[in-house]
Amino acid sequence: MHYDLIIAGVGGQGILSIATVIGRAAVHQGLHLKQSEVHGMAQRGGAVSSHFRLSDGTIFSDLIPLASSDLILSMEPMEALRYRPWLKPEGWLVTNSVPIPSIADYPDPVRLQAALAEMPHRIVVDAVGLARAEKSPRSVNMAVLGAASPCMPFPEAVWEEAIREQFSRKGAEVVEANIRVFQAGRNEALRSADTPKKT
Amino acid sequence: MHGISGRRLLLTDEAIAQAALDAGIGGAYAYPGTPSTEILEYIQQAPEARERGVHRLWSVNEKTALEEGLGHSYAGRRALVAMKHVGLNVAADPFVNAAITGVNGGLVLVVADDPSMHSSQNEQDSRFYAGFAGIPLLEPATQQEAYEMTRAAFDWSEQWKIPILIRIVTRLAHSRADVVTTPPIEPVRLELPQDPRQFVLLPANARRNYERLLDQQAVFQAHSEASPYNVRTGGRRRDRGVIAAGIAYNYLMEAFTDTGECPWPVLAIREYPLPAAAIARLAADVDSLLILEEGAPLIESRLRGLLPGGKPIHGRMDGTLPRSGELTPDGVSAALGLGRPKPAPVPTVVRPRPPMLCAGCPHADTYRFLKEFMADHPAGRVFADIGCYTLGALPPFEAISSCVDMGASITMAKGAADAGLTPAIAVIGDSTFTHSGLTGLLDAVMENTSMTVLILDNETTGMTGCQTSPATGRLERIIAGLGVDAAHLRVVIPLSKNHDKNLQVLREEAAYPGISVIISRRVCLQAVPKG
Repeated sequence: MHYDLIIAGVGGQGILSIATVIGRAAVHQGLHLKQSEVHGMAQRGGAVSSHFRLSDGTIFSDLIPLASSDLILSMEPMEALRYRPWLKPEGWLVTNSVPIPSIADYPDPVRLQAALAEMPHRIVVDAVGLARAEKSPRSVNMAVLGAASPCMPFPEAVWEEAIREQFSRKGAEVVEANIRVFQAGRNEALRSADTPKKT
Repeated sequence: MHGISGRRLLLTDEAIAQAALDAGIGGAYAYPGTPSTEILEYIQQAPEARERGVHRLWSVNEKTALEEGLGHSYAGRRALVAMKHVGLNVAADPFVNAAITGVNGGLVLVVADDPSMHSSQNEQDSRFYAGFAGIPLLEPATQQEAYEMTRAAFDWSEQWKIPILIRIVTRLAHSRADVVTTPPIEPVRLELPQDPRQFVLLPANARRNYERLLDQQAVFQAHSEASPYNVRTGGRRRDRGVIAAGIAYNYLMEAFTDTGECPWPVLAIREYPLPAAAIARLAADVDSLLILEEGAPLIESRLRGLLPGGKPIHGRMDGTLPRSGELTPDGVSAALGLGRPKPAPVPTVVRPRPPMLCAGCPHADTYRFLKEFMADHPAGRVFADIGCYTLGALPPFEAISSCVDMGASITMAKGAADAGLTPAIAVIGDSTFTHSGLTGLLDAVMENTSMTVLILDNETTGMTGCQTSPATGRLERIIAGLGVDAAHLRVVIPLSKNHDKNLQVLREEAAYPGISVIISRRVCLQAVPKG
């Protein structure tokens, strides 16, 4: 089993903690992983991404080859599209719908929506709204992870365990809030029309 | 992050740090620089470093770090020193001479190269440095190997009494994987050096030591030929042989993930000096060679030599692979002549999103008054330096004319002022100033050069994640100590409400026909504890 994903976003959006939760889930499942990270100045509000590879066998490259990623998981809609060359034709694109228009030539919403609509397998969720609705506005990344979770090769219980581990030192309240937001994202994805087969 | 069953998920930087702790180091010294920063960061936070009293320091620069490491080694303790590739230029003096003195306690230097220049000014390849100094180099391909090699490097360093260089690259440094660690040893404590001449590089001693270093080359060579890190694998086809150095091996094998076997013979190289005999045996067995190496074509250029003849060699120098930039799995597949599915293009709505100063960043307020001042002085120039404030080159500021190397703002401004350029303004951060700005400022003080140095003091080393800045709490005293006239050492607070006041201070100091320093001080937003 090999499963590759690219986690995308803008520096400061918490993509490393998404990666850490997936890493914990992978360890629980006894899988090998390689996960690249962006450090340094690029984190300052620039485009950031993480290549994440999971396998029950040997993983060679730290980078995912083009046209072979199973999933793009993005905190920002334009950033999701940036990594399209890595996505395999049957791969899924899961993204937060709320833009961060921090650049002068950020595309207008209609063109951006049209470009997203061209992706054959996509899940677009208002992760900011979902996190707010659960009164945990800092957990936007867990909403996106929840929305992507049905695409990924882990049983549901493993996710909860991984989130628990991730946030345990911040107290029970933070743990529960993050689990609720994750569930909200997951439910939203499962409700949407072209949801992948539930795992 | 600790996993179940004793495995740990570690960045390569962290695996190296853990290995150094497990190898019983007494000290770790580094200057932060992407992609090497997480090595010392890990050691700073490691509980066993505290328990074992491991001395750990963000040194003022890479030269002081390496010399401190050498002193630690002299005193019989093991030391880890870490830096990014361009930092080794700063540390080149002790680096080359430490090969002549040799070491006492194990001394391992980790240098993180940045091919493709993700966060750097060049993509120099540190493998050249190891050959230049005549010391062994290890180039891991995986996180696990980085751990094991670091453990081994300390033993070999003591066995051969020589510093060992470990070279990693961005993609490996910042990639996380599961690593199995081995039990730690007790911190190493050796006698002081027995040979009184070893560390005294008077010419007579240096000549003797250098002969010893030259004699050792055969030992390093033999070790490399027999090294478990330089191994031949691969299939029976003979139309080509592949030499894959460091992480290039990963990209090669990615193309054969399904079978786990490359159809052509492969010589993996992860220990240097180059295993010449193994390379000759491979070359004898095949019709042509493909050289895969991250960074510069070091192996390829040595194999090609200067004279024509021999078997065809392919690599970065004949266009089989790009001459610059980091390797990719796709680029290596193409070099092998293997087909890959065609990727979809990036949708045209996607625009570049470069990094930018944080909202509310003090540097932005400084650039606003600096830019307004420069608008009135079109013949003047701003010479900047390395840090987040280098982003002042981009819109909306477009305020700086240079960024070359650590500290070059002050010295370039001085050289330009000497040539008659006025006003000559230097912009430098507090940590960069203590790293390499002090000496240049002393040059300007010696001649009372007509120039103004703006020190952007955010009281931290911001760009690399807010490490301690040696300037914090002592910057004015340092500057006064260098001899800057107290009347022309000014401190401003970069806030929009102070804009006019700050602009006035800059006008006054730029008008002064001598060396002046303005400290623009407000703490980095990233360093402020979040509520």
